[in-house]
Amino acid sequence: MLLEVENIHTAYGLSRVLFGVSIKINAGEVVALLGRNGVGKTTTLRSIMGLNPPHIGSIKWRGREIVGLPPYEIARRGIAFVPEDRRIFSDLTVWENLDVAIKSSGAKGPDWTLERVFALFPALEPIRGRRGGYLSGGEQQMLTIARALMGNPQLLLLDEPSEGLAPIVVQQLGEQISRLKQEGMTILLSEQNSEFSLSLSDKVYILEKGEVRFEGSVDEFIQDEETYRSYLTV
Amino acid sequence: MFATGTSPCASRKGATAREGFVLMSLPDPSFLIIQALNGLTNAMFLFLIASGLSIIFGVLGVLNFAHGSLYMLGAYLTHQCVSFFVDVPGYFWWAVILASLAVALLGGVIERLFLRRLYHREELYQLLFTYALVLILSDLAKLIWGTDQFSVSRPAILKGAVEIFGQYFPKYNVVIIFLGPCIAFLFWFIMLRTRWGRMIRAAALDRETLGALGVNVNLLFTVVFVSGSWLAGLGGALVSPVSAIVPGMDVEIIINAFIVVVIGGLGSFWGTFLGALIVGQVYSLGILVLPRLSMVFIYVLMVLVLIIRPWGLLGRSLQR
Ligand SMILES: Nc1ncnc2c1ncn2[C@@H]1O[C@H](COP(=O)(O)OP(=O)(O)OP(=O)(O)O)[C@@H](O)[C@H]1O
Ligand SMILES: [Mg+2]
Repeated sequence: MLLEVENIHTAYGLSRVLFGVSIKINAGEVVALLGRNGVGKTTTLRSIMGLNPPHIGSIKWRGREIVGLPPYEIARRGIAFVPEDRRIFSDLTVWENLDVAIKSSGAKGPDWTLERVFALFPALEPIRGRRGGYLSGGEQQMLTIARALMGNPQLLLLDEPSEGLAPIVVQQLGEQISRLKQEGMTILLSEQNSEFSLSLSDKVYILEKGEVRFEGSVDEFIQDEETYRSYLTV
Repeated sequence: MFATGTSPCASRKGATAREGFVLMSLPDPSFLIIQALNGLTNAMFLFLIASGLSIIFGVLGVLNFAHGSLYMLGAYLTHQCVSFFVDVPGYFWWAVILASLAVALLGGVIERLFLRRLYHREELYQLLFTYALVLILSDLAKLIWGTDQFSVSRPAILKGAVEIFGQYFPKYNVVIIFLGPCIAFLFWFIMLRTRWGRMIRAAALDRETLGALGVNVNLLFTVVFVSGSWLAGLGGALVSPVSAIVPGMDVEIIINAFIVVVIGGLGSFWGTFLGALIVGQVYSLGILVLPRLSMVFIYVLMVLVLIIRPWGLLGRSLQR
């Protein structure tokens, strides 16, 4: 087991958001975390990353507890977070955005170099000198993923990568994520767009009001799709 | 303010004001040049101080009122070291290095022990804390060194003056004028051409995201605060031969540094450089027109900037 999230409760101040979420991820899997607006998908990913640590529950990474570690420590152990709002450093160029994410120490994963990242996202190469603030939404999304990869992670937490992108760009992004999967990357993919994520995923978790309502394989999900659709569409 | 007679500008006020009076009746271009060079010297001191203030604000988001106090400590410590090491060859330079490093160290202690706990709090707490530091450090300095005025003599190799168009200009000031751009270049180089610089710029934009990428932002903040403090200490150390070391020099310099960053744009590197040049020149040329009131020009300038471009000449509007 690569990641084992067990019964985590997370709150923002007094407003409680997660009520005992458990998620298991094996190495090499792509796991979809589905749910409507505001059910706690982002909060789950941020809890894993240490950005909003849970106050109850445990998160084990390769068998070791990581709750309470600062985010940079968690990152150095091999987890990377790709936030839904992208968070590109707007004054830094594409290349500089990638450069600051290279880790000097820590996790040993597949070695991501600038060349490999540009091979996966060819659109980034010609704009490597452009400032982050001048990128299109699709370019920004590619750059956040590329930036996360520069740290050689073993697990990518992707938060709604398809959000706000044109259908053609979403399709392209899907191909890139599936290439990552083929290369052995483990991914936890939070999405509202189930079409997009189901085609990429091995396992599905459905969140509803801070709790897991369904967990199972993609096939199981599709067999009983009627029931579970109600948790996704309004 | 400059008018109290302790700042690098004002230390020469007596002389320049008198000569300025002469100028009214007998305009002499070579004198104007010397006066502009004086302005340039002051600008370099102002840049040294204001750049530290500006980078600490730009990256940590803390407006450090105590920055001037660190400058003052740099000057007092230089005086102290000079009196310890008078017999050592090159003692002035050793004193400058030791004093500025001691101030940097103090900055590190301040950041690690106190300021760090306040980053998540409202800005008011940070302001109150750095203001409390101003009071504490100024009392501490009075306790240790009393209220007497000290001065440090210029290093032996830089005594004397060079002749420029028939006028004499102190060698020491020439060195300061060259040192300013060197420090500015070093700064620029680190920020744009090194990985540390890129990380510092990224931290200024979004510390949370940088942390999630595996960078120990706390450590980065300490490094920035220590470097900024070092610049303040260095400014105080280098100013000691040309300015009186007295209580009150802390408040005076912080006000001037604030004016520089308000005019240039807080958090903007080139803005700080430009602001320092402008304030230095306006002061030293203004003194020729209104010998007693040359600060007035600077205040007017600052007010104009605040009305027309509240974020400073090269700063950025806070609206996103
Ligand atoms: N910083 C915050 N402070 C307080 N409440 C928050 C904060 N961030 C999120 N919330 C609340 O927590 C709940 C879960 O938010 P979260 O962002 O995890 O949902 P989500 O599933 O990612 O939704 P979306 O699909 O819109 O991104 C929401 O009700 C939201 O209002
Ligand atoms: Mg979300």
